[in-house]
Amino acid sequence: MNVLAYLKGDATLNRVVPPSGFTAVLTLASAAAMAFLAVFTMALALAAGNLASRWEAELAGTATVRITAAADVIEAETEAVLTALAQTPGIEGARRLDGQEQLELLAPWFGTGLPVEQLRLPVLIAVEETTEGPDRAGLEARLAAEAPGAVYDSHGRWRAPLIEAANRLKRLGWWALALIALVTGATVALAASSALAANAQVVDVLRLAGAKDRWISGAFVLRFMLRALAGAAAGAVLATILVALLPGGAEVGLLSGLGFKGAEWLLPILVPLVAAGIAAAATYVASTRTLRASA
Amino acid sequence: MIELDKVAVSYGERTLFSDVSLTLDQGSFHFLTGPSGSGKTTLIRLCSMEMQPTSGHVNVFGASTAGLGRDGVSALRARVGVVHQDSRFIDHLSVSENVMLPASVTGTVTAHTAYQLVELLGWVGLTAQTDNFPPELSGGERQRVALARAVIQSPDVLLADEPTGNVDWEMSQRLLDLLIELNQLGKTVLCATHDLHLVRYAKSKVAAKVLRLKGGRVEVAGSEL
Repeated sequence: MNVLAYLKGDATLNRVVPPSGFTAVLTLASAAAMAFLAVFTMALALAAGNLASRWEAELAGTATVRITAAADVIEAETEAVLTALAQTPGIEGARRLDGQEQLELLAPWFGTGLPVEQLRLPVLIAVEETTEGPDRAGLEARLAAEAPGAVYDSHGRWRAPLIEAANRLKRLGWWALALIALVTGATVALAASSALAANAQVVDVLRLAGAKDRWISGAFVLRFMLRALAGAAAGAVLATILVALLPGGAEVGLLSGLGFKGAEWLLPILVPLVAAGIAAAATYVASTRTLRASA
Repeated sequence: MIELDKVAVSYGERTLFSDVSLTLDQGSFHFLTGPSGSGKTTLIRLCSMEMQPTSGHVNVFGASTAGLGRDGVSALRARVGVVHQDSRFIDHLSVSENVMLPASVTGTVTAHTAYQLVELLGWVGLTAQTDNFPPELSGGERQRVALARAVIQSPDVLLADEPTGNVDWEMSQRLLDLLIELNQLGKTVLCATHDLHLVRYAKSKVAAKVLRLKGGRVEVAGSEL
């Protein structure tokens, strides 16, 4: 492999392709721009994935029982619900929220200092489910019989669409990355074909000197690979710095949580390497086709 | 070493050769003469495997060039050095890099090649131009660089297409002396030229056979030379 020859010290391999020209600028600039976009898209996809996982982890295994009933029966129904929950397999624990906890839940809408004792609020029971969870149908049937005002809400109704949306955003991010890779490959292939056409005389001299097409192709592959690597490294570094400078607070939401966590910060390093690989493959295909056509 | 057997070359309607047969034996020195457009360059290109004949056979070191394929041709290039009239170079490579090119592209560069390079550049009188670039060279210097590049791999055959076409008489003699030196080392030389003064100069120094392309055929020139 000619790249190995270069690594072993065959400097001519990298020197035969003219170092400048519009294809050099095109490759460098497009690789830098695509790497910049790739890092941001990767951060977005990872943030969406992390958000979906967090929502899933935080809300899975929890449920709420809401009891709305007349004042003279609500305490009896609450007792019946707590008893039923305590006897139901798949329920880890159940706890009635006190007045202060209910106040905290309402604070975002009504502010603090709400006279909760003057309001007729439903009783809320926080439920922790085991990993297996309860028999939902059986539990709901029992609650309907013993506490008609009780509603068992496992959060799935509103949780599932949110998680699905976050997962879709994550998938969209990976598709966008694939598209970026495709465009990078197409741009480099175009640049390589143009470079070969513009350097027909160089190719001619190399052939006369005894170079096989594989060697010539390798020279162009090496040059475009190094250009893409340099451009993508610059783009990836810039994007990583900007991602790092974004406001933190991953716990707040998607936009404020855009970024990398822990080992994910190593992922931008892959971007220039993948860009170089794509450039090498695209240049190899383009140069092989062009050289075969000019044979 | 190189054999052309009933070779014909046509460009569209125009037939350049109709029936050319030629054999270049080991250690021989041939001049190929003829007016402009007679096909000297085409015949050199046939011998250097840069093109295929319309009909007939070209055999290089016993192998028919028709069945060689591009990689096969590349493999034989190390044994056939070529000096073109327009001495093509890679302009952004230095003189030494251009001369080393045949060794570089075939992965045959060794410590000895570097020694050969110094010797060769000294032999063609271009030691001072080692780090220059082709556009900085004069016509004579370019031809000498082309000659050094053609022989860096120590080929068995040297093909020269009007090597003195762009240089003065003094430089022409010097270039021809270099070709004669190579021939005396046992190399087979085919030199295309339209300059009969040069041929006469050479005949006083080497037993060269003079071929003339005329009317689409090759004939051996007589004593008028």
